Amino acid sequence: MSPPASRFGTQNVILALCAPVLFLIFWHVSTAGRAFSLIPPPLEVGKQLWDLAFGGVWDDLYSATLLEHAVASVSRVYGGFLLAAACALPLGMLIGRVALVRATLDPTLQLMRPIPVTAWLPLAMIVFGIGPTSAFFLVFLGAFYPMLVNTIFGVRNVEPRLFEAAVMLGVSPSALFWKVVLPASLPSIFTGLRLGLGFAWVVIVVGEMTGVQTGLGAIIMEARQLSRTEIVISGMIAIGLLGYVSDYLVQLLGKRLLRWSPQHG
Amino acid sequence: MAEPLNILDITHVTKRFDFQGTQIVALSDASLTIRKGEFVCLIGPSGCGKSTLLRMIGGFETASEGRLAMWDTPIGKPGPDRGMVFQDYGLFPWLTVAKNVGFGPAARGRPSAEVAETTKRFVDMVGLTRFADAYPHQLSGGMKQRVAIARVLANEAEVVLMDEPFGALDAMTRENLQQELLEIWERTRLTVIFVTHAIEEAILLADRIVVMSPGPGRIVADEHVELPRPRDPTDPDFNALRRHFSGMLGHH
Repeated sequence: MSPPASRFGTQNVILALCAPVLFLIFWHVSTAGRAFSLIPPPLEVGKQLWDLAFGGVWDDLYSATLLEHAVASVSRVYGGFLLAAACALPLGMLIGRVALVRATLDPTLQLMRPIPVTAWLPLAMIVFGIGPTSAFFLVFLGAFYPMLVNTIFGVRNVEPRLFEAAVMLGVSPSALFWKVVLPASLPSIFTGLRLGLGFAWVVIVVGEMTGVQTGLGAIIMEARQLSRTEIVISGMIAIGLLGYVSDYLVQLLGKRLLRWSPQHG
Repeated sequence: MAEPLNILDITHVTKRFDFQGTQIVALSDASLTIRKGEFVCLIGPSGCGKSTLLRMIGGFETASEGRLAMWDTPIGKPGPDRGMVFQDYGLFPWLTVAKNVGFGPAARGRPSAEVAETTKRFVDMVGLTRFADAYPHQLSGGMKQRVAIARVLANEAEVVLMDEPFGALDAMTRENLQQELLEIWERTRLTVIFVTHAIEEAILLADRIVVMSPGPGRIVADEHVELPRPRDPTDPDFNALRRHFSGMLGHH
């Protein structure tokens, strides 16, 4: 049981802010006022982030484009993630519960699993061409395996006692999947979803290196070539915040669905 | 009355397991008849086949030889007529107390109004009204076992099979649950088959004690307990019985 928020909330917020504030101070002290610093000081980055979001500071090619890029990245992240979930969850359940499917598909999938998503980049560009489809594919691949592995683990590790209890209470064999397997493996499946979404955000930058015009990954790579390091850092901050918010939303969903689980509720 | 007297007929049942290439005889030539409404304790040390016998009655294992029948019909798969209470509870952690109790009736497609009414009746019977909406992980061991008992009663079990149900509980909780179980049994007159290795528990609860022995597992005695109820463990007659069964089990 978590302690009441009112008593510990403020304290936790202060504790959580310690590390970033110290980091900002360190960053400022080591970069501000130096003529040839390759890393811009935090205030410069702040100004750039503002310009990127709302314009009115530099009014250049990048001003007020943040929303457009964020929307492009978010749609690829969630698109790839949802497609990966739509494939990984049913496939994981089949591999976990049906011996024939497991024997047929599991070795191949496990053999491909150690290949890093980044290694797929050249191949993806050949197959899907230069553009958003490659990015989408890489996000899909990055999100797919954590969800698949956790789903298989979840459906394979249902306590045998629960099957005995269900059958003894009159559940027919065909209903066991819905009545026992699915709810019992929900915590694992959920862990897979959360990891998968996290990986989707990791992969998006690599995915958007494939010559797409929009997206947070795209402006990071473009700004790197133009040596606009403050834009690079602004893009990083935007990805960090969006990833954090999306993980928070997934956790809220988990708290609702898994109220019964001592690890989640 | 065409109804046969014996609810359970177990005749010449043997159970063999394959264990790393060798055959283990878990139960050898066991015969037992149980009458409707009887409270029978199966007692014996580990490896005497008492749990195996219980699990065969439940339908979780099949006999290698012999015949198990309920109301003269051979026992097949597990079913609601034989409710099992496991030592490790086997509750569904994702369901509340009420939903766990109503699980059987709901799974068998009873109308929802009936399910709700049955659920309430049996949650009340085991004294968990205030915890109806709690999840199993929020309950103590004793409360979990009350839920496990309520759900087989709610499912109209005719025979309640209990596999060392109070073995994992502390002494105080165990005594309370023994009393509650006796009260429920006296009210419902269900047939109870109760596996235990505690002699005192068996004498306190049972109409009949079936003593089993290992190597190979077999039935060595089958005796009625004639002590009047409610029974008092400090009573001299109770103690005499305890000594009697202790001697039989080789305890000192």
